[in-house]
Amino acid sequence: MVTNSYIFNANLLIDVQQMFQYQFMQHAFEAGTAVAIIAGIVGYFVVLRRSAFASHALSHIGFAGAAGAVLLGINPIFGLLTFTCGGGVGMAVLGPRAVNRDVQIGTVLAFMLGLGVLFISLYTGYATEAYSILFGEILGISSSDVLITVTASLIILAAVGIMYRPLLFASLDEDVAEAKGLSMPLLGIIFMLLVAVAVSIAVQVVGVLLIFSLMVTPAAMARRLAKQPRNAMIISVLISLMATWSSLFIAFYEPYPVSFFITSMVFVSYLFVRYIYPSRICLECREKFSSLSLAKHLQKTHPNI
Amino acid sequence: MNTVDKMITDAVQQEIVRAENLAAGYPGKTVWQGANFSFVRGEFVAIIGPNGAGKTLLMRLLLGLQQPVKGTIKLFNSQPKRGNPKIGYVPQRHLIDNDTNIECIELVRLAFSGTRWGFGLSSKSERKTAFEALEAVGAAELAYQPLSALSGGELQRIFLAEALVSNPEILLLDEPLSNLDIRRAKELVQLVNKVVRLRNVTALLVAHDINPLLPFLDKVVYIANGKAATGKPKDVLTSESLTALYGVNIEVMRDSRGNVAIIGIEDHHGDE
Ligand SMILES: Nc1ncnc2c1ncn2[C@@H]1O[C@H](COP(=O)(O)OP(=O)(O)OP(=O)(O)O)[C@@H](O)[C@H]1O
Ligand SMILES: [Mg+2]
Repeated sequence: MVTNSYIFNANLLIDVQQMFQYQFMQHAFEAGTAVAIIAGIVGYFVVLRRSAFASHALSHIGFAGAAGAVLLGINPIFGLLTFTCGGGVGMAVLGPRAVNRDVQIGTVLAFMLGLGVLFISLYTGYATEAYSILFGEILGISSSDVLITVTASLIILAAVGIMYRPLLFASLDEDVAEAKGLSMPLLGIIFMLLVAVAVSIAVQVVGVLLIFSLMVTPAAMARRLAKQPRNAMIISVLISLMATWSSLFIAFYEPYPVSFFITSMVFVSYLFVRYIYPSRICLECREKFSSLSLAKHLQKTHPNI
Repeated sequence: MNTVDKMITDAVQQEIVRAENLAAGYPGKTVWQGANFSFVRGEFVAIIGPNGAGKTLLMRLLLGLQQPVKGTIKLFNSQPKRGNPKIGYVPQRHLIDNDTNIECIELVRLAFSGTRWGFGLSSKSERKTAFEALEAVGAAELAYQPLSALSGGELQRIFLAEALVSNPEILLLDEPLSNLDIRRAKELVQLVNKVVRLRNVTALLVAHDINPLLPFLDKVVYIANGKAATGKPKDVLTSESLTALYGVNIEVMRDSRGNVAIIGIEDHHGDE
């Protein structure tokens, strides 16, 4: 995609107008927005349930599916969805602890990547397919993929809306939730399915290998910034959205991959939240201020950071 | 209905838990058997015994998470069923760690409404209920603190509030005193005792050391070596009764302050 021929204008409004004249940019923003919202929300449950590695593995399982679909001449998203959902249900059925079994998951993950490599090598077409599955290619997303992405996002939103409290309860206090009558196996499967679908659509934006940057890191930051799950999810969504939007914007002018900008932005914010924001600067403010007002307060007292 | 009948029905209604010739275990393995006991409303009961004796197992039976191997167990005159709202439960294991940056009131609220569908947007009344439960255990000032920032003693009070928020008639507390120093343990026991007396609920509290509990207990269940002995502490915790039950020589020693140590099945047990 040749994107470096557009001229950046000091007037942002004109820039945005110019950008949205191009259909591929419209599509990219539509899909990117849906993915950022979903990744921010589902990601919060992922960090709460300590399933970051499992979701990372799901995306690798999805790689084999996507590559297989390419080989068969089907839309890769269907291969992704099939494999991630299958893998997710499999992990959930093997038991809730399976989600935390690093070695077993890692072994399956490597096997799936290998399988994907085989499929890609069998496919005599261009290797860019592999590249875009591994690292994402949001600027080339088709309108039918946008439709699939938005539909999947709405389904996930509805599911989380309906099961918000049971999911949260089961993630926070499994034993009490079980005693109160919630079915841990069922919730485990539902959770893994949510992750599977979220991962599948997010792969289009950041690719299989960079899934962490949208699915895990923003939520991990948000968890540090807010004590109320609802607020944490809002912050997580905002971080993902800002990273995605600004990256798409920059990528319109600069000839580098969108995924690079997204991962960098997420990484820099993570460093900020992890090392500059915390207690070392101002331990007592944590009690006095809510996280958002703390940010403002820090700006006033430490303008140099 | 004449008064005698009424007294009899009252007495029957008051019985919260009854076990007859109860055996419990896991598939292919009976952990303890031949247990007979009953607890009535408003009783404070301690369940003690060494690691792996099957104390948590008893709680799981009452929660309906596990079926008896033999015999019967009745809770409120019927078989225990999972999801009974009359039970308040504090499990032995918790998922709270340094990363659980979630305010306490949210956990308590979920114990109240976490099994309901929907987002719960109108959470104001739920949060009010949760706050009242926190007030009841003297943890109102912790309500908006993150769980990850609390001490062991503070956490246990939050868990107690979590168990109390649904206004239960029986409390199942699995080792709430572990990780607490002697002073915090005493405070928590006094708090549980207050709840038991004020609300007239039955409390079963699993502990390794019976001594902080002794002044408040109505009954004790001593589980060890595949058997369970039940009764008033002064009747059960004697060398004669335990030796008779277990068929091996068990000595119960008391020091000048009334502290108990059970020696024989497990040395140092209950020793302070
Ligand atoms: N899921 C299981 N399957 C088979 N056996 C089990 C299972 N869980 C526990 N057990 C066994 O059942 C016995 C009773 O376990 P339980 O957890 O009730 O002991 P406990 O008295 O609560 O011990 P602790 O003081 O360590 O908490 C133990 O010997 C344990 O090994
Ligand atoms: Mg136990």
